[in-house]
Amino acid sequence: MKILLTNCKIVNHDKTLTKNILIEDGIIKSLTDDTPQADKTYDLKGKMVLPGLIDMHVHFRDPGLEYKEDIISGSYAAAAGGVTAVCPMANTKPVNDNAIITKYMADKGKELGICDILPVGAVSKGMHGEELTEMGDMLSAGACAFSDDGKPVLGSDVMRRALEYVSGFGGMILSHSEDKQLAGEGVIHEGEVSAITGLRGIPAETEEIMIARDILLAKLTGGHVHICHISTRYGVELVRWGKSKGINVTCEVTPHHFSLTDRELLSYDTNCKMNPPLRSADDVKAMKEGLMDGTIDCIATDHAPHSRDEKFQEFDLAPFGITGLQTLVPLTLNLVREGVINENDFSRLCSYAPAQLLRLKGRGVIEEGAMADIAVIDPDKEYVFDKKLNKSKSVNTPFMDKTLKGLCVLTFKNGREVYKADI
Amino acid sequence: MSYSRKDLIGMIDLSKEEILHLLDTAEKFREINHRDVKKVPTLKGKTVVNLFFENSTRTRTSFEIAGKRLSADTVNFSASASSTAKGETLIDTVHNIEAMSTDIFVVRHAYSGAVKFIAENTKASVVNAGDGLNEHPTQSLLDMLTIKQHKGRLEGLNVAIIGDITHSRVARSNIWAMPRLGINLRLFGPKTMLPLCTDPFGVKICGNMEEAVEGADVIMTLRIQRERQGKLLIPSVKEYARYFGLNAARLRLSNNAIVMHPGPINRGVEISSEIADCGQSVILPQVESGVAVRMAVLYTLGTGQRGIE
Repeated sequence: MKILLTNCKIVNHDKTLTKNILIEDGIIKSLTDDTPQADKTYDLKGKMVLPGLIDMHVHFRDPGLEYKEDIISGSYAAAAGGVTAVCPMANTKPVNDNAIITKYMADKGKELGICDILPVGAVSKGMHGEELTEMGDMLSAGACAFSDDGKPVLGSDVMRRALEYVSGFGGMILSHSEDKQLAGEGVIHEGEVSAITGLRGIPAETEEIMIARDILLAKLTGGHVHICHISTRYGVELVRWGKSKGINVTCEVTPHHFSLTDRELLSYDTNCKMNPPLRSADDVKAMKEGLMDGTIDCIATDHAPHSRDEKFQEFDLAPFGITGLQTLVPLTLNLVREGVINENDFSRLCSYAPAQLLRLKGRGVIEEGAMADIAVIDPDKEYVFDKKLNKSKSVNTPFMDKTLKGLCVLTFKNGREVYKADI
Repeated sequence: MSYSRKDLIGMIDLSKEEILHLLDTAEKFREINHRDVKKVPTLKGKTVVNLFFENSTRTRTSFEIAGKRLSADTVNFSASASSTAKGETLIDTVHNIEAMSTDIFVVRHAYSGAVKFIAENTKASVVNAGDGLNEHPTQSLLDMLTIKQHKGRLEGLNVAIIGDITHSRVARSNIWAMPRLGINLRLFGPKTMLPLCTDPFGVKICGNMEEAVEGADVIMTLRIQRERQGKLLIPSVKEYARYFGLNAARLRLSNNAIVMHPGPINRGVEISSEIADCGQSVILPQVESGVAVRMAVLYTLGTGQRGIE
């Protein structure tokens, strides 16, 4: 099967070029100015053609909580967002803390073939923060990294040993950095808005204290710690410091943390309740600075589906988290329009860098010989993100029914069209 | 300007005119409470449900008396024995009671924002009787009514609120409302009981008790909610009384201030007994004002402001 994509504005992490792309047997056969014969041809004039986006941080709730999302619905949501590989976190039910569950998740993804499922195994058994999981076995079964995300690894000794152990396999620990004691019963960022609303606050230091600890543990062990969903100015400062000292630390930011501030919470909208919480305008500014200077390595959505019933209750009782796979493209393009990053940075942050961090060969770049995982984006398309467009089982996002600009219109996975927008 | 909203959720977004309208209406109702027959037929045929998801005696009783004096049928719903304890959602509970043709819900809830959430999901009028740490608007109205009664005005007065500001919905409602009526508000309390960021309040934060009470026309002490808070906010009530309690010596620094407290008081902690019972204390008149204010609010929401019959 030969597929030809013509008039492609190919946006790689390092350069942009206009070429035709010939795909054969799921692989990018050539980038060419010619128009070789193919079984199917797509004219992509006016569109951006990026390597399939790689989302290092999602929650697919499968196994156990499939009413929120499962690997199939999550994969469709990913494809609709231009995402061709995802890393579902381990806080499934039961927890993904063994090779059997890891294999179940990876295989289910393979069977569907819409999106690579690269499970994140738990750091500790049952995510109880006490005993290490069999990380070697899980890596062999398809795990890409380890995290108790959703919960912090509170014991410094446990985190130390996890970093040491996994580094022996060349793996990394994704850190949900949160001092739970300091967070207390907080539900939103502690600052002006918590003072106004009477909603209990979570200080920025809740996150920063643990980031500092984890960077120092990376220093101690030489292991690779990746800070999940960074959200505060001093969190970014700490990572910047760690990198300057040669410590093996990387980090990611979510689109909501560089797009929204805690002012959204003045409405008590549970669709803006997330952990870490939406922070101050200055923190949002710091996210952009971190993206500009490269301190923040990549963008990940922390796609966290919850059912309507769970979100439709008292603010304190509603769970943390919002969906994000299908708003990744428009929100990141906002950064391009604002001049915070350029198109190549977009490609780097959402595709190339995650591929590097996850050690994925042949992905994250459009080049001859690479896998034909491709996202085609119409950067100027304005639309209302509504339930009809939404492919997730859940609709818990503050962007639902909002007008967005920039849409993934076509997604190819291994050279196969897995999504085509019908607007 | 009159009050044309469906609900009373908080003081934060009320205009000066709306607040004054409610206070003026309450003034008129005060007289009814002194009649031999303390009842008017204004809300006859209306159903008011006191929907209390958190324990309360005085507020619920005050609303109940207010409703009865307006001839409304008042029903008390206590959450401890309710469907919510069996797993029913908050809004399902509200819809079930609404289906019995309820006109007004008076709601108390332990979580901030919960009353707004209810108001957005029911056609009935909703009165916030205290939601989490957020607001307690009728308490703020009764505070201001009491001040006006005893000081003859609100504009230009110096009011000090002392105590656990962070966890006080009473304080928060007054912080929004009082400056809007020209009151100079100042706050004081242990640093553990002040929000990290007080900028949105736009009022003076005092550095010590003496600064807080000096020249004050009104001193409002807040209850130390010992049952709610952990041990980290203050080391002991003894130390609290020493540094943050109102006593005779401190009261003398004021401008012959009236002393207020939302109750119930912890004698010898936030306020000494001699002050709680002295002539400057208006703690019981506050309770009395509460009935008038709640009558005014129920009347306003329940009738669309027909004249007092």
